Amino acid sequence: MDNKQLTITDLETVYDQLADALDQAAEGKRELFLVKLALLSAQALGDAEQFMTLTRTALLDL
Amino acid sequence: MHTPLAEPRRSIYFDYQVYPAHTASVNAAQVERRPVVIVGAGPIGLTTALDLARYGIPSIVLEAERQVSEGSRAIVFTRRSLEILQQVGVAEQVTAAGLGWRFGNSFYRNQRVFRMEAPHDADDRFPPMTNLQQPCLEQFLVDACQANPLIELRWGNKVTALVQAGDYATLDIDTPVGDYRLEANWVIAADGARSAIRGLLGLQLEGAAYEGRFVIADIKIELDLPTERLAYFDPNWNPGNTVLMHREPGNIWRIDYQLPRDETPEQALSADSLRERINAQLAIVGVQNPQWELDWCSVYSARALTLPKYIHDRVIFTGDAAHLLPIFGVRGANTGFQDCHDLGWKLALTIKGVAGPGLLASYSAERVGAAREIIAEAGKSTRFMTPPTPGHCLVRDAVLSLSLTQEFVRPLYHWRTSRPHDYVDSALNCKGDDNGLYTSGPHQGAPLLNIRLGDDQFLFDCLGASFYLLYFTDANEVPGDIQAQVQALREQGVPLQVLAVTGNRQGAISGADGVIDDHSGHLRSKYGARAGSAYLVRPDQHVCARWQQLGGQALRAAIVTALGNE
Ligand SMILES: Cc1cc2nc3c(=O)[nH]c(=O)nc-3n(C[C@H](O)[C@H](O)[C@H](O)COP(=O)(O)OP(=O)(O)OC[C@H]3O[C@@H](n4cnc5c(N)ncnc54)[C@H](O)[C@@H]3O)c2cc1C
Repeated sequence: MDNKQLTITDLETVYDQLADALDQAAEGKRELFLVKLALLSAQALGDAEQFMTLTRTALLDL
Repeated sequence: MHTPLAEPRRSIYFDYQVYPAHTASVNAAQVERRPVVIVGAGPIGLTTALDLARYGIPSIVLEAERQVSEGSRAIVFTRRSLEILQQVGVAEQVTAAGLGWRFGNSFYRNQRVFRMEAPHDADDRFPPMTNLQQPCLEQFLVDACQANPLIELRWGNKVTALVQAGDYATLDIDTPVGDYRLEANWVIAADGARSAIRGLLGLQLEGAAYEGRFVIADIKIELDLPTERLAYFDPNWNPGNTVLMHREPGNIWRIDYQLPRDETPEQALSADSLRERINAQLAIVGVQNPQWELDWCSVYSARALTLPKYIHDRVIFTGDAAHLLPIFGVRGANTGFQDCHDLGWKLALTIKGVAGPGLLASYSAERVGAAREIIAEAGKSTRFMTPPTPGHCLVRDAVLSLSLTQEFVRPLYHWRTSRPHDYVDSALNCKGDDNGLYTSGPHQGAPLLNIRLGDDQFLFDCLGASFYLLYFTDANEVPGDIQAQVQALREQGVPLQVLAVTGNRQGAISGADGVIDDHSGHLRSKYGARAGSAYLVRPDQHVCARWQQLGGQALRAAIVTALGNE
């Protein structure tokens, strides 16, 4: 994995922003919002293999 | 007793002709044995008959019905199909009656999110796509078959049984006045999606059937829209589903739309349901209170299936009898034309005793390979058009939503159309040529590239039922060793023509059957060739060898390979 990591402060910001955005998305549109976000993040990541690894990680312990 | 429909089918744009059933063979004293019997007079059976006749091979075509097919069915024909139809002599009629086009548009929430442009090179005679209703195309083929003394078209003849024995098969045929028997050294099963022959041999198709079902409706209406493909994703009147529109000749429009999951075909085809949905779709393209008349409607499901083998002793499968392909990439009929064009020369040369043992077998290998590739590719567009699972639905919907503002997802709308198949791994390709040294031009296995030679003259116009050697030269004669091998091969019965591509305005070239003036160097540069270079082309226009400097022995070896001797 890339060395680039979020600082604790950044992580806290992401945490709050994600929660706010999920609340902004209408009921029933949250899944759609998350999939869009995932696709945008994959594009920003620019690495299909790494995205696969992240996908597997996210599937753990659901 | 077989009783095919005796009244002409109804159509707004096409006058059906009902042909008399062939009954003369019923009660015949003897059972006839024919070299080739083709079962099914759909586009593929008819094209196969015409293709074989070019090599002098006679055939009987048995058709259960007494008229051409009902409804528009396949309406989009690719450039490669037109090139094949040109070989069998009907491309001019198809082009004159059809509508050429090259743009495809995808819409989401009233915004055009993707526009596809199919390339059209000045060197191409035919547009990337031509729209024409299937019965019109079939009629041109029927007319050509009936004008051909080598082809006997037997209407109202339905095959009901088939038994194979040694080097022939016996067919039982039912007609309106009783049945008869016919023997054939080769049976070509071109009897369509519900192939009776496939059933009689107990063969199973392999692959996947998709969930999505589509209504296909043809309406007559004047719409001020160009001939382009229109795809509407998730329209307000049909949430989550996809709608397609195509212009057909004669102010006929094809509207295809997906059925809601829980609806039956009967419900979907009810007059009220059709009217309401077609009007809702017409409203999207800006027509209020539309006036239209329904020509034909049907329900179609997306399937991606193939037989794993197309040759079973003396029975050869082709077209929809061999495979069922999703229609989204216009693959049904267009794939079938490539099948039968691959088969025609191989069967003809096998019957004539010129072919090696592997030639006919290569038909199955090449075309099953093509079908599997198409199935893999078609699966991608099918999964986007009709997402098969909740996960696919979510990701597809996310892409639709993103596509309004995000360029990077838009290529996912790309509609992977039927392409000419490249037989890159074919056993018929030459092993020891210079294919890998070329940096341009059609590679081994690919179809030849068309080239404009004059105002209304193209390279493909010069081709016929033969191997062709395109020999690039600045001299006045084809080298003696090449000429000698060409001569020897012809004496063995190999159809082989030499076309000299001249760089010096040389008039006649000794040892060449035809001369293509290329003093502009255009053909040479597109083919990456120089003086002494050569391309060897199979009778189906696929390249099987190319050399930077050709010698006679190399030519012989390549032909031996291309005839299935390895
Ligand atoms: C409703 C519908 C819509 C379609 N839309 C499209 C489209 O938009 N684009 C596309 O590319 N393709 C489309 N297709 C598919 C396309 O029509 C086929 O791919 C094409 O017709 C295949 O040609 P074929 O000659 O192999 O088979 P067919 O055209 O099916 O011809 C088979 C022939 O065999 C005859 N036959 C059958 N059994 C026997 C028997 N036992 N004895 C004698 N004769 C027999 C039949 O009567 C028929 O004439 C559509 C098909 C349908 C049914």
